Amino acid sequence: MAAIIVGVAAQVAITSFRASLNHSIESQAKELLGADLEVERNAPFQPELQEVLDSLGGEQSTALAFTSMVYFPKNEATRLSQIRAFEGGFPFYGDLLTNPASAAAEFQQNNTALVDAPIMTQLGIEPGDSIKVGQVTYKIEGAILEIPGQPVAASFFGPRIIIPKENVEETGLLQRGSRLEYIAYLKLDAGTDMQAVEDRLDQLRDDNIRFSFDTVRERKEEVGEAITYLSNFLNLIGFIALLLGGIGVASSIFVYIRQKINTVAVLRCVGVSSQQALSIYLIQATAMGFIGSVIGAAAGSVVQLYLPVLVQDFLPVSIELFISWVSILIGILTGLVISVLFALFPLLAIRKISPLFTLRSVDVNLSGLLENRVKAILGSVLSVFVVGYAWLMLGSFLPALFFALGLLACLLLLTGFAKLIMRFSRKLIKPGLPYEWRQGLSNLYRPNNQTTTLLLTFGLGVTLISSLYLTQDLLLEQIDFSEQENLPNLALYDVQYDQNEGVNEMIVDRGLEIIQNVPIVTMRLQAINGRSTTEIMEDTSRNVRRWALNREYRSTYRDSLVGTETLQEGEWTGSVDNTDEAVPVSIEVDLMEDLNASVGDTLVWDVQGIPIESFIASTRSVDWGQPQPNFFVVFPAGVLEPAPQFFATTINTPNQQASLDLQQEIVQKYPNISALDISQIVQSIREFIDKITFVIQFIGLFSIITGLIVLAGSAATSRFQRMREAVLLRTLGASKKQVIKIQVIEYVLLGVMASITGLILSIGASAIIGYFYFELTFVPNLLIIGVEILILTSLVLIIGLINTWGVHNKPPLEVLRAEAA
Amino acid sequence: MLNILESKRLTREFKSGSKTLTVVDDISFSIETGISCAIVGPSGSGKTTLLGLCAGLDRPTSGTISLNNIPLNPLNEDERASVRNQHVGFVFQTFQLVPTLTALENVMVPLELRGEATKDVRSRAFELLESVGLGDRTHHYPTQLSGGEQQRVAIARAFINEPKILFADEPTGNLDTETGEYIESLIFDLNREQKTTLILVTHDLELASKCDRIIKLKNGRISEDSFVQAETETEINSAFDE
Repeated sequence: MAAIIVGVAAQVAITSFRASLNHSIESQAKELLGADLEVERNAPFQPELQEVLDSLGGEQSTALAFTSMVYFPKNEATRLSQIRAFEGGFPFYGDLLTNPASAAAEFQQNNTALVDAPIMTQLGIEPGDSIKVGQVTYKIEGAILEIPGQPVAASFFGPRIIIPKENVEETGLLQRGSRLEYIAYLKLDAGTDMQAVEDRLDQLRDDNIRFSFDTVRERKEEVGEAITYLSNFLNLIGFIALLLGGIGVASSIFVYIRQKINTVAVLRCVGVSSQQALSIYLIQATAMGFIGSVIGAAAGSVVQLYLPVLVQDFLPVSIELFISWVSILIGILTGLVISVLFALFPLLAIRKISPLFTLRSVDVNLSGLLENRVKAILGSVLSVFVVGYAWLMLGSFLPALFFALGLLACLLLLTGFAKLIMRFSRKLIKPGLPYEWRQGLSNLYRPNNQTTTLLLTFGLGVTLISSLYLTQDLLLEQIDFSEQENLPNLALYDVQYDQNEGVNEMIVDRGLEIIQNVPIVTMRLQAINGRSTTEIMEDTSRNVRRWALNREYRSTYRDSLVGTETLQEGEWTGSVDNTDEAVPVSIEVDLMEDLNASVGDTLVWDVQGIPIESFIASTRSVDWGQPQPNFFVVFPAGVLEPAPQFFATTINTPNQQASLDLQQEIVQKYPNISALDISQIVQSIREFIDKITFVIQFIGLFSIITGLIVLAGSAATSRFQRMREAVLLRTLGASKKQVIKIQVIEYVLLGVMASITGLILSIGASAIIGYFYFELTFVPNLLIIGVEILILTSLVLIIGLINTWGVHNKPPLEVLRAEAA
Repeated sequence: MLNILESKRLTREFKSGSKTLTVVDDISFSIETGISCAIVGPSGSGKTTLLGLCAGLDRPTSGTISLNNIPLNPLNEDERASVRNQHVGFVFQTFQLVPTLTALENVMVPLELRGEATKDVRSRAFELLESVGLGDRTHHYPTQLSGGEQQRVAIARAFINEPKILFADEPTGNLDTETGEYIESLIFDLNREQKTTLILVTHDLELASKCDRIIKLKNGRISEDSFVQAETETEINSAFDE
């Protein structure tokens, strides 16, 4: 029953939470955007766009968003931050929450700054202290607690800083090379036809005016979709816990009914019909399933209260929790159906228990009593139910079918592994083994053992949680460059042409090694093989990707390939003398595909107003995983040198302190330069991934808990049998230590076998995920696997030993008397 | 002749709520080495409790027991287990085999618990199983054996440690007459061969009459203690009639 409680609790918690969340999004829809319309562009708005926006009426607020280093003079700390310079009344809906609350309203008129609360806490900064953004030092008006529509997680990749837009020019950060985002927020008059506004803006974009926009409706859809995906996913994991609970129910009822065979036979003897006998136990099982489901639903409603704590950081709305009766009802119904369906497997066998069993006690194989036809019907009903439930949760049939098939495949694989492992370990029982080992191992095969069920329930839980861990580890491993020697761990961006020399001197003076110092020239693609990009874009039959035509390319020039590049096709040209001819350039292989280009094709680049003709001389593959500037397009030396450019520099620092010192010196002198501290980024990503996986693991944990409950149940069912065995061994002269040792060996073996069963599948799953999704080779982390086996085995051992606690110091007969009573 | 078992003023009480039930009431007796002794009496007379106390499976409320001149009272559970392992063999009404071990492994258990060399133990267990007629069933599990066969395995196990004393609690109680008789003769034969003392708790008067001595219990006390050769079955019956 406990297994059903856990399963239903997981279900109800997630579905109720989703209902609460959807309700919150609906009621806070406008706050998701803070305005009716948001328009963005990475350059000042075109007059046509501005004209349309002005014609819409209502109220406008504008902002400039960019990343830059900031400096806190109080403790001489620097941080790469996300800066937004605001003008006007944004947010129009919802509130910009600050501490003190007045700061949100006052920072613009006081020409002061708002700083993300976490970084203020971290650095011990208070309102009234100052922050230097570029050349301007602002007084800090207050801490940012909440920006409408932005989850807390938005600050994972650098603190958010808000300043007034009025004098933002003075920071000196708006020069060429900086990535700037121009944003307009519009509050439109009530009753404005939003569809007409969207159509008008779409039309502008069709006229090749580049910008992007977002309306409340779109944002709501985006957020709603993301949440639906996440909750569907969690829901299915929760559902797996419930199914495991079902398997647990079937297994324990099996054992229970086996112990009741004599009772049933006696009942049959005194005239109870097979149908009546079945009804007696079916009513019992249904009642237990119902009570379990109700308790589970109540527990789930309580767990729901905890879920916001887990995911609040990722949500752009504040959650208003309420009790979702629909979720509770669905949870109870699912729990009841699952427990009855699974219970029917052993229960239907009752009909076949003959009254003859009273006269002749035989070792009955319960599952053998059930005809194959009945098993098939039950299996089909169960499958239909699982697919139906998944369909209800996922909203479409095919994914639901795949989920059910995937689950079936997993269960079959796990059962296969479990059986293999059991067969293999049975072979280990060799005469040469010490007695305690042989006995402990043999105990796994005791009559009425639930070893396979335990391996299955545990195994699936381990598979879920372990796959997550291993995949997470695989991803983190890839980005953890900070500990690799000779790789850069600090990157400087936006170094202006006239600053490059000074910066390089600063680095060398500190005795640090410059790994790369590369020039970057920004450009756009103008034409491919004589067709302008505008023309290609308009061609509906084009097979060139939009982003490849539209994006701003940041290219470099040099005379040789670097370590992260491999020539794939064509010929590498290191330098050219004659700039009047088409320039031989090298293109990255994936971009070649997106451009649908081949070696020899001509490309015309718009290098800040000047067209430069080129042809594709070679293609390169690039290892983007390395923390250094990599490029889609590389020019030969001798062409771009006179073009406006800036530099990116990568450095290897021996330790964190050296890196911080250098960053501080550079920011003081050249505030426009951004420093990317690789180890800090890795740390941020790690925290981010940790938070996400924790949410998933929290739900996956339900499966493990179900497994533990099935184990506890099985241990309790076999308690008397174990006691008798222990007493028998004590009678024959076994010491307390020997009896305990046998039990420890049994449970440790069970734990290890369950872990291995689950781990085999999770290693396989992680390898497949790694290969297909991330194109990474999976190398299992033995430490993680070892720790997992250790934790799981300890849990199994503790539960097992608690079960027989306190019997070893008592005289054998006293134990038997107490147990029999 | 030396005494293998001595009990002095043995009492065992059980608490049931506020009531105290005296199951074994101030019993003193001693058993000479090498004899066979039946403990008989009606249900609830305290036979099995007395056997449990004598074998060190339970602690008396008062009184003392010595087994093979070892006083059991001061010993802790592990020390008692060790005494049983060294000197005692058991045969139970319900056979009490370890279900997860084969016949051969079940027989080996007492010696294996001592940590003795497996190979020798194995061949000795095999010999014993042959001697009880189960040479061809050594690798069968208890569930694959009939009741009589299971009891024969239990007898082989009881003798593997060459015990000084064998406690048998209704050894034929769960068996049909024919099998029961075979088991009886096995126990008596092995007992004689190995010069073991036999303490037999039974309802079966015919079986009891085959022993050298009969202790009759009634209401937790010894109502009669006699050597059996001179007695007839009718006389024993009177113990139950009183």
